[in-house]
Amino acid sequence: MNVTGVEEEVHSHTEHALWRAGNGACAGCGMSLGLQWVDQALDGEKPTMVVPACCAVVTPGSYPTTAFGVPAVATTFASSPSVATGVSRVRQMNGEDIPTICWAGDGGTYDIGLATISGAAERNEDIIYICYDNEIYGNTGGQRSSATLPGARTSTTPAGKHEPKKDIMAVLVAHRIPYAATLSLAHRDDFLRKIRVARRLRGFRFMVMLSPCPAGWKSDPAEGIDLVRAAVGCGLFPLYEVFDGRRYRINARPDGTALEDYLSRQGRFRTPSFDHAATRAAIAEQWAYLDAMEAAFPAGPREGSDVPAAPPPPPIAPEANGPVTGP
Amino acid sequence: MTPAKKTAAGSSAAQRKSGPAKVRQPKLPKPAWDVSEVDEWGPEEHQLGATIPEAGNSVYNETGGWRSQRPEFHPEKCDGCMLCYFYCPDAAIIVENDRAVGMDEAHCKGCGICAKECPRGAITMKAEEKE
Repeated sequence: MNVTGVEEEVHSHTEHALWRAGNGACAGCGMSLGLQWVDQALDGEKPTMVVPACCAVVTPGSYPTTAFGVPAVATTFASSPSVATGVSRVRQMNGEDIPTICWAGDGGTYDIGLATISGAAERNEDIIYICYDNEIYGNTGGQRSSATLPGARTSTTPAGKHEPKKDIMAVLVAHRIPYAATLSLAHRDDFLRKIRVARRLRGFRFMVMLSPCPAGWKSDPAEGIDLVRAAVGCGLFPLYEVFDGRRYRINARPDGTALEDYLSRQGRFRTPSFDHAATRAAIAEQWAYLDAMEAAFPAGPREGSDVPAAPPPPPIAPEANGPVTGP
Repeated sequence: MTPAKKTAAGSSAAQRKSGPAKVRQPKLPKPAWDVSEVDEWGPEEHQLGATIPEAGNSVYNETGGWRSQRPEFHPEKCDGCMLCYFYCPDAAIIVENDRAVGMDEAHCKGCGICAKECPRGAITMKAEEKE
C-alpha cells in the first residue's frame, strides 16, 4: 500500500491537530491536557513531535493507531534529543520554519535521556524540549525516578523515597541555553505565553511541566488541575523562566496555600517516613536560591510582546543535489 | 463506529427547559485507512517502518466506555466561560458558537475535571448506569 496515498485525507471533524481524542491516556491525565495546550499555543501550526519511550508514546495507541495528528517519531528512551537534532537540521537544510518538539517524561529527561539532552543543549540545537514531569515512571508501573519527591511512595520505594528531587532546571540552565521555563497546567495564560516565547526564540529551549498523574499520585482524577494549583501556591513547584541561562524571572510566588493542602489529597505522601519539616525547609531553600538569582541577574519586567521575534536561521550547508527529502 | 446511536437529533427542544442537556454527538467520517483486519495482516499490508499514514486515527476508538462517572451539563447555569473546554484533557467538550453545549460521550473518560473546575456548577458528575 502506498503510504503517501492516504496523506491527503485531512480530517475536519476535529480541530485538535496535535493530540486527538480516543487515546489511551488515563482519565484526568495531565500530559494529555498539556498536549492540547501546546496545540492551542501554536495557533494551528503543526510541529514535528519526537517522543521517546514514555506515556506519550504508549497512550496514542498500539500500531496501527496513533493519537498524534502531526508527524511524530517514536524513539528509544535515551535518544529523543539526538533524533530531534536530525529532524531539526533537515528542516533547516530545507529552509522550512517548522518547530521540532521533544515531548518526554521525567524518566526520559531526568534519568535516561540526560546525556543526549546535555549534548543537544551544548550544541544549542534548534529544538523545543518539553518534559512533562509526573515524578514517576508512569506507564511501567510507577517506579521512582530522580524527579520523585522525597518521602513519596512508589512501587520501588514502598516506604518513601529518601533522596531529594533533582533540580533539572538548574542542570539545563547551566548549559546557558536561550530559554528554560517551568509550566503549570493551572496557569493557562502563563503556559501559552511561555510556549509562544519559546516558539519565537531559536536554539535549545527547555520547559518542564508538572503533570498530574492520578494513577501514580493515588489521587482523584478530578483533582489534577487543583493539585497543580496547590503545588504552585505552596511554593513546591516554582513558576519561573530563565533567558540565556543567566537572566531570571519569577512568574508566580507562593500565595499562602498550605503544604498539607497539596500533600493530603495524594496517597503517595501517606508514608511514615514523610518529613514535613524537611519538605518545608527544602521549599524555603529553593525560594532563597531563586530570589537571590533573580535579584542578581534580573530579566527585567515583561514587555508586551515578551521578546522580539528572532529571524529564521540561514539554511545550513545546502547540499549540491537539492533539498533533503524522505525515502 | 458512530457514537450517536442513542441521542436522537430532534429531542433538543424538549430537553431545553431543565435537566441535563442532550446534544447531537459529533459524527466521524469513515477511516481513510482501514485497520480492522490488522490481526490478519501479512508483510504486504504492513507499512514500511511501521508508518501510520492516517494521522490521528485514534478518534475511531471509543473511550467513553471507561467512565464510571458521567458528566451532566446544565446549560441554564452556564455563563460561557469555556473553562471546561480549556481543562478537558480529551477535548470532549462540544463547542458551538464559542459556548460549551455538551460532551462528546464517545470520548469522555469521566475524569470529572470539568465539573471540578466549573465556577458555576453547570456540570455535575453522576454515576454511570448500565443501559
